Amino acid sequence: MHSFWAVFKRELKSYFTTPIAYVFLVIFLSFSAYLPFRQGFFEMRQADMRAFFMNLPLLFIILVPATAMRLWAEERRVGSIELLFTLPITVTQAVLGKFLAAWLFLAIALALTFPMPITVCYLGNPDIGLIITGYLGSLLMAGGFLAIGCFFSVVSKNQVISFVLSVVACAVLVLAGMPTTLNYLSTFLPAGLVSVIETMSFRTHFESLQKGVMEFKDISFFVLLIVGWIAASSIVLDERKAS
Amino acid sequence: MISVKQLRRSFGAIVAVDGISFDVEKGQVLGLLGPNGAGKTTAMRMLACFLKPDSGTAAVCGYDILQNPIGVRRSLGYLAENSPAYNEMTVGAFLNFVCDVRQIQGKERKRALDRVVPMCSIDSVYHQTIETLSKGYMRRVGLAQALIHDPEVLILDEPTDGLDPNQKYEVRELINSMAKDKCIIISTHILEEVEAVCSRTIIISKGRILVDSTPEKLKEKYKCNLDEVFRKITKAKVA
Repeated sequence: MHSFWAVFKRELKSYFTTPIAYVFLVIFLSFSAYLPFRQGFFEMRQADMRAFFMNLPLLFIILVPATAMRLWAEERRVGSIELLFTLPITVTQAVLGKFLAAWLFLAIALALTFPMPITVCYLGNPDIGLIITGYLGSLLMAGGFLAIGCFFSVVSKNQVISFVLSVVACAVLVLAGMPTTLNYLSTFLPAGLVSVIETMSFRTHFESLQKGVMEFKDISFFVLLIVGWIAASSIVLDERKAS
Repeated sequence: MISVKQLRRSFGAIVAVDGISFDVEKGQVLGLLGPNGAGKTTAMRMLACFLKPDSGTAAVCGYDILQNPIGVRRSLGYLAENSPAYNEMTVGAFLNFVCDVRQIQGKERKRALDRVVPMCSIDSVYHQTIETLSKGYMRRVGLAQALIHDPEVLILDEPTDGLDPNQKYEVRELINSMAKDKCIIISTHILEEVEAVCSRTIIISKGRILVDSTPEKLKEKYKCNLDEVFRKITKAKVA
């Protein structure tokens, strides 16, 4: 347990001792506020944060893989992985430590968007429950993207390759749930298969959380996704750590 | 304290370590000698449980490398070939991280740092980030990391590589001063180092043990200096 904490602490600190954290936060915070503003956040005259949350999947597709790509790729390139795995620590502890540190970092980024809900509360009477499930959904989605990014960071030593692969994987999972994609697919695929694709998509589960519905199937979708990709990362890392 | 049995590992078609066996006792300093690509690093990585062997096994301080890799890693200090570290950290933060992982806390940690920092002469760079250090200092930080928990078994992969003559001398003195109550394996291809620190030497080439003897006996047997002995053995057996 102590080795898990050691890795967790070191990883989280490393975001703030390098410029990564600051670059990421500035870009994320400015775009997450700018996009809803452009789409008429105030003109809508509605005290909710739908416009804010709806842009997050798109931002996360680019930004989350950017935080995830260095997790293991860098460790393997620099060779510090040899140091890490000759210390008394298991692969699972290390993978979890790094993943949770990165996830906490994303949670900090999300928490720093607090001026948005404050603005909405100041201007009107929003449904607080809706805002909370909105943030919860965003955090779970960030975790899902991060787990995917973590996996591709294990697969390739090259950060650019791991970034591109995880952007594509995240984009496919988000875009699969778009109405336009589904309409197109339903022209030649049987209805059953289309609905399978729809339930596999991030978007479907993210949106139902945005509606304030906390259903077991949506939460478990994200949890299973994270657990699955993290488990895959551990297995692959154990095989390839020395290569 | 270290017992290696028929350890074997290959990468694709290349057999890096081909069924080596040996035992090392407390108080011994074993020098693993061999040309480049002989399998020294692979063998050491397997002992430190970084690589899994294809077959065979080894035990360090009674812990089997396959059954209990965490126990093995807990009881040994390992210095990897290029002394990798987290470059963005300061030396102090890095050593504290190693203490965190090795569960050295409170007063014990202070004592460990007070012992190891002057021992490896890294006082002057303690607050510097690792990426700004020269190769010699990086090596010594790696050594400090390996010694911080005062392990019974030390595995050092080319510990004096990249050091200047003075630093080499210091590291050898350090190894000699620890020799009697530890079990140490070093790999090297600097033969004067073997004479300076090792009480026993194993020459390997293409993954196989060619000779297991002491530097003195080798010199006596071949009636020449170690350089020539090394050349005779590795050239003759390989050809």
